[in-house]
Amino acid sequence: MNTLKYLLQKEFKQIFRNPTILRLIFMMPVIQLILIPLAADYEIKQINISVVDQDHSPYSNRLTQKLLSTGYFQLAEYGNSYQESLKAVGEGDSDIILTIPPDFEKQLIKEDGAKLHLAADAVNGIKAGLGTAYASQIIADFNREVREEWVQFPRFSPLPLVEITSAGWYNPHISYYLFMVPGILAILVTMVGSFLAALNIVAEKEAGTIEQINVTPVKKWQFILGKLLPFWVLGMVSITLGMVVSFIVYSILPVGSFFTIYVFSAVYLLGVLGIGLLVSTFADTQQQATLFAFFFMMIFILLGGLYTPIESMPNWAQWLTKINPPAYFIEVIRAVYIKGSTFKDLLPDFGMMIAFAIGFNWLAVRNYRKRSA
Amino acid sequence: MAEPVEATSEVEDMSRVSIQNITKTYEKGTVTALDDVSLEVESGELFGLIGPDGAGKTTLFRILTTLLKPDEGKAEVNGFDVVDDFWEIRKIVGYMPGKFSLYQDLSIIENLNFFATVFETTVEENYHLIKDIYVQIEPFKDRLAGALSGGMKQKLALCCALIHEPKVLFLDEPTTGVDPVSRKEFWDMLDLLKARGITIIVSTPYMDEASRCDRIALMQDGKIMEIDRLENILEKHRQPTYSVKGTDRHRLIQDIRSFDQTDSCFAFGEDNHVVFKDSPATDSLLHFLGEKGHMNLTVHEVMPDIEDVFIKLMLEQENHG
Repeated sequence: MNTLKYLLQKEFKQIFRNPTILRLIFMMPVIQLILIPLAADYEIKQINISVVDQDHSPYSNRLTQKLLSTGYFQLAEYGNSYQESLKAVGEGDSDIILTIPPDFEKQLIKEDGAKLHLAADAVNGIKAGLGTAYASQIIADFNREVREEWVQFPRFSPLPLVEITSAGWYNPHISYYLFMVPGILAILVTMVGSFLAALNIVAEKEAGTIEQINVTPVKKWQFILGKLLPFWVLGMVSITLGMVVSFIVYSILPVGSFFTIYVFSAVYLLGVLGIGLLVSTFADTQQQATLFAFFFMMIFILLGGLYTPIESMPNWAQWLTKINPPAYFIEVIRAVYIKGSTFKDLLPDFGMMIAFAIGFNWLAVRNYRKRSA
Repeated sequence: MAEPVEATSEVEDMSRVSIQNITKTYEKGTVTALDDVSLEVESGELFGLIGPDGAGKTTLFRILTTLLKPDEGKAEVNGFDVVDDFWEIRKIVGYMPGKFSLYQDLSIIENLNFFATVFETTVEENYHLIKDIYVQIEPFKDRLAGALSGGMKQKLALCCALIHEPKVLFLDEPTTGVDPVSRKEFWDMLDLLKARGITIIVSTPYMDEASRCDRIALMQDGKIMEIDRLENILEKHRQPTYSVKGTDRHRLIQDIRSFDQTDSCFAFGEDNHVVFKDSPATDSLLHFLGEKGHMNLTVHEVMPDIEDVFIKLMLEQENHG
């Protein structure tokens, strides 16, 4: 037991002597939490629209005004050639083309119906999808207005109208901060745990110090615990810091209890440290470890539901997220922060985290041979 | 006098190193690092493994310090098998790898304390062992190991390898890259440690350090070519050797080699050491070289030293292999 104590002492001494690690641990939560939620906002406001108005009637004019007055769209161009506008899209000046055909007003009045055409630049899928959806909604609204005006005379109109209002439960203003911040907290913990621990162990390999340790009576488990415990502590410090920053910058506090968050973090960190340990068994240099960790982080984040909802992924990807630890942790942190889920609600996730902790560490220890063959 | 004798005989049974037919290959058997190596080191001996880079010295050390498993063969340190009893060996050996591998971000005293504690001892307890060496670096004890000069790093590494009072000390090229004065000092320190009864196995690429060892093994290409006391090796492989000097050194060595009576010729600093095939043919060599236009030639017989012997053995091994 004493040996472990000395190993830990040594480890902490080294960590506190390494300004890069300290800076990383303190700056990472602050910068990530400030930058990412502001940058990663799904609400798209600046959509450039080209209106191809081949009708030039009061109604087509009114529709255009209505689109622009919402604030979502910016008029990139107002012309009468679809081909011309398509060129603007190709050059990146415009995102969406609304084509109003020549007889728009006439058809609307005489034939009780008119056709419009929307074309979106789908290179940026999210922008295209949301832009088309916004525009359709606005056009539908325009449609309703027009119809209401025409049927003013029989005052109590038999026209059935379905109006939809929506309410965002748990996040009434659908604030993206509230959605992103807990997710970033989860990613932070993942990075500190896997990345730093892996780099640290590989650094000992690189410096040859691991060999010097290997010719001492230090046991395998003592060495591993001596490495994992400090980073477990750092991980807990980093999530604490992250929560403080979220409160100061965004005034976000978990609706649920801190206790639930800490219990989950504690177990989750064990699993993540296991991943770090696993990486360190593959890599011989810090460069390799960095590339490995980078690769893992990309997959973790993209398949973790931080940016894109897991439910909208294809089946095989959803299946992959089931073995992606951050996917669970992001979900848990969001649930506790936004919904106020209790430990009991999240019991299945807790089971998964224990499974990850055991699984990854088992793999890592199996792979970590103290004596190379 | 009675006590030291007793102590020695007690150690004698224990701290010997015995290597039997060790073979080790790398890269799935394509690279042979050690080829059927056998060696006995007596307790209390200062034993030198001498050979160039790639001879297999480090691999042998790594097997003896339980960092590597041999493919074939058996090795024992202090009566413990390097594969089966590796935990026991780790308690009683000190290892100083060729590359400095202490914590560069810990100070001298922190490194020393750390290695003392992982062996469950203290610096104070074994201070007598390291005192002579440690006093030289003590003024800098709070300096980080990474900021030390080469000679000081080497002294610190030796202190750390000694701090748990090992019975057997493995030093892998401890004097490589160290200035001549420090090298001499280092060997003086080894003499002191030897006087304390510690068995020391040291590897070196410097042939001149062979004279500081009790016995040496000459290694080349994973094989041991000769094991004995230096004098015996020199005696056994003595052959008439001549030093030939001239002005055009580069052309001279090629011309000597092209002489039909020359068995071998190698550059030794300013001279060329020449061994003839049958009988010494210095006169005809001089005549031959004179015809080739060489000036200021001098020839005289020299006592072959360990380097001459090493080259002889190396050539013999190449011819047989």
